[in-house]
Amino acid sequence: MRVYLAVIALLAAVQCKELFNGDHVLKVHAESEDHIQILKELERDVNSGLDFWTHAVSTERPVEIRVPHSSLNAVKVFLKKNNIHFTVMINNVQELLVREREEMVHNAEMERKTKSLNFAAYHDLETIYKFMDTLVAKHSNLISKEKIGSTFENRTMYVLKFSTGGEKKPAIWIDAGIHAREWISHATAVWLADRIATDFEENRAPVPSILGHVDIFLMIVANPDGYVFTHRSPNTHYRFWRKSRSVTSNPKCPGVDLNRNWDAHFGEPGASNDPCAEDYHGPSVQSEIEVKNIADFIMSHGNFKSFMTLHSFMQVLMYPYGYSDTDAPDKTELHDVATQASQALKSWHGTVYKVGSIFHTIKPASGASVDWAYLHGIKYSFAFELRDTGKYGFLLPADQIVSTAKETWLALKYIMKYVCDNPY
Amino acid sequence: MKTFCSVWLLLSLVELSPAPPVSQEPPLACTGAPGHAPQSETAEDMASTGDLEPTHYPARRAATVALHYLNTHHGSPFRVFGLQQVHKASAEDVAAGGRKYKLDFSVTDWASGSEGPALRCSADVLFPQAERHSGPEVQLHCEALQQLNRTAQEEHAFYQRYISPESAISARDIPDSYGNVSEEMQPFWRLARVAASFIMLRESSENTEFNMAQVASVTQQGSREEQLMLEFVVLLHDFPSQEIIQWKLLASWSPDRGVRVLQTEWQPRCPHATKPPN
Repeated sequence: MRVYLAVIALLAAVQCKELFNGDHVLKVHAESEDHIQILKELERDVNSGLDFWTHAVSTERPVEIRVPHSSLNAVKVFLKKNNIHFTVMINNVQELLVREREEMVHNAEMERKTKSLNFAAYHDLETIYKFMDTLVAKHSNLISKEKIGSTFENRTMYVLKFSTGGEKKPAIWIDAGIHAREWISHATAVWLADRIATDFEENRAPVPSILGHVDIFLMIVANPDGYVFTHRSPNTHYRFWRKSRSVTSNPKCPGVDLNRNWDAHFGEPGASNDPCAEDYHGPSVQSEIEVKNIADFIMSHGNFKSFMTLHSFMQVLMYPYGYSDTDAPDKTELHDVATQASQALKSWHGTVYKVGSIFHTIKPASGASVDWAYLHGIKYSFAFELRDTGKYGFLLPADQIVSTAKETWLALKYIMKYVCDNPY
Repeated sequence: MKTFCSVWLLLSLVELSPAPPVSQEPPLACTGAPGHAPQSETAEDMASTGDLEPTHYPARRAATVALHYLNTHHGSPFRVFGLQQVHKASAEDVAAGGRKYKLDFSVTDWASGSEGPALRCSADVLFPQAERHSGPEVQLHCEALQQLNRTAQEEHAFYQRYISPESAISARDIPDSYGNVSEEMQPFWRLARVAASFIMLRESSENTEFNMAQVASVTQQGSREEQLMLEFVVLLHDFPSQEIIQWKLLASWSPDRGVRVLQTEWQPRCPHATKPPN
């Protein structure tokens, strides 16, 4: 910190066209009262050109001296002659200054960029993708962006990986935006990405502990083609688009419901085989490249312990199954976890979520991602339907984004902590 | 700051331009989806007899029907009810064929800012035998309905403002894509929902769960018999099928007579689709 301040002072000096090429900063260790007296005298000598960053006061604290290049040898000889030990702290002040300045400018820019993203607003795909880059740059020690494939219309699908390192760590998956019109899900995920990073950097529990146990993979936009389509125009046909944008057997009806296309009792009751239907399951399992990309990624990783997907609306927190009214083997535990999570959620703003299986709470749904995850061994699989209950529906006002994100975060933290505390 | 604003402005203009002009919009999806969802999933049928789990969808769908009924009778530009929760529910088969639900539930007035008091209601909802296709029959009783805050003053002011012959209100997309509803449009939004409730009630079955997703347009017509006349195009969202269904309707309103729906017309998403059999 001291060095930083000193650098600032030096920077100011640099403005006055002083250069510090080759100047060293020595860290000097006084070991006796004699040493201290010698150093004090040295400092009093104004002609020495030496710049004492810290002063000789006691043997407990090292003295830092900037030594101009021209005096370097003489000073080293002097110190050696008096048996005063020293180390070289900085061996080229100018170089350091330049680096520091570059970093400061870069950081200021990064801060400006991430600060300028308004979390209380809905953003288009391009803005979200830029936000991801800025976030990664700002937290490069924690976050990386992984490309997991392309969409039907050839857009890249990205997932943010939050990791403190380690080999084959267990992982948690969170996705948003699989249904294009559910804008609050993408907006919540954007806020979450920033929040996970900030909580980690500021050492706010339980995030550092969670990230000690698991990696978090966050996919902010699982259906980029659909999302772009919803922005093309305020017209119903665009804003209320739900599906992918792939070509189907009916030229007038593109798109497949990405949450009916998974390998989980695909094609059974709970999805439509009509391309014009909103819950059209597609011509075959994983026919949609977006679904295949995610499924392949998760399967080849091989160590996911939780799978959570964000949707809207209805304010429910659900667990498998969607395809059948049979209880999932872990139903009791999942119901408990979901209930606790919904209580945590409620504590923020009083928002009430109901809890239950997908089948019972919403309707039969086959080929759903949560069922797929569960049937492939990912026990803690949940689906959120975020705010509201129908007043605004898909058109949730932007001034509810942050509040929605905050309450959802409480539920997610509960679940993630539970996952960490209950390894399997 | 000024530069920032200019750049921002420029950027927003650039973003707006790629939107295709209305005349060049691609052909709309020809869904041909009727006002009610045709599929009936047998798994659901089995679940809906005897005591029902209040948080599960059969109870919620029936309560939603009761809610539509409530709104047709007690909704106004300053009052619109939303379902808060179902407390108890049961269902039984009925001699004439069909199913009758008994419900105990709470509603809140969406017009009273942040969560006004909850109203406790009880209702019988009868879904007649499927082949008959007539809408469900509802008997409803809500406590303390009369004790709700009087909105007579607002209703009167609203009525006076728009009943004049010069008034020709016209608007689109309420809320807009970002959830915005202007102060002025709020009463029209609620009126549309009340009027839409007539359609939602009529079109409901055990396999539907309707909500009004958006007011695509509102156009004031010339007043008749001292009633505000409004033509709405509303978008209904059916939760089970996730379909968006468009209806055009003509509604009248006055503080005295309340909301009446005079005409309704299902709007195909595809210009040439024929009207579904009813």
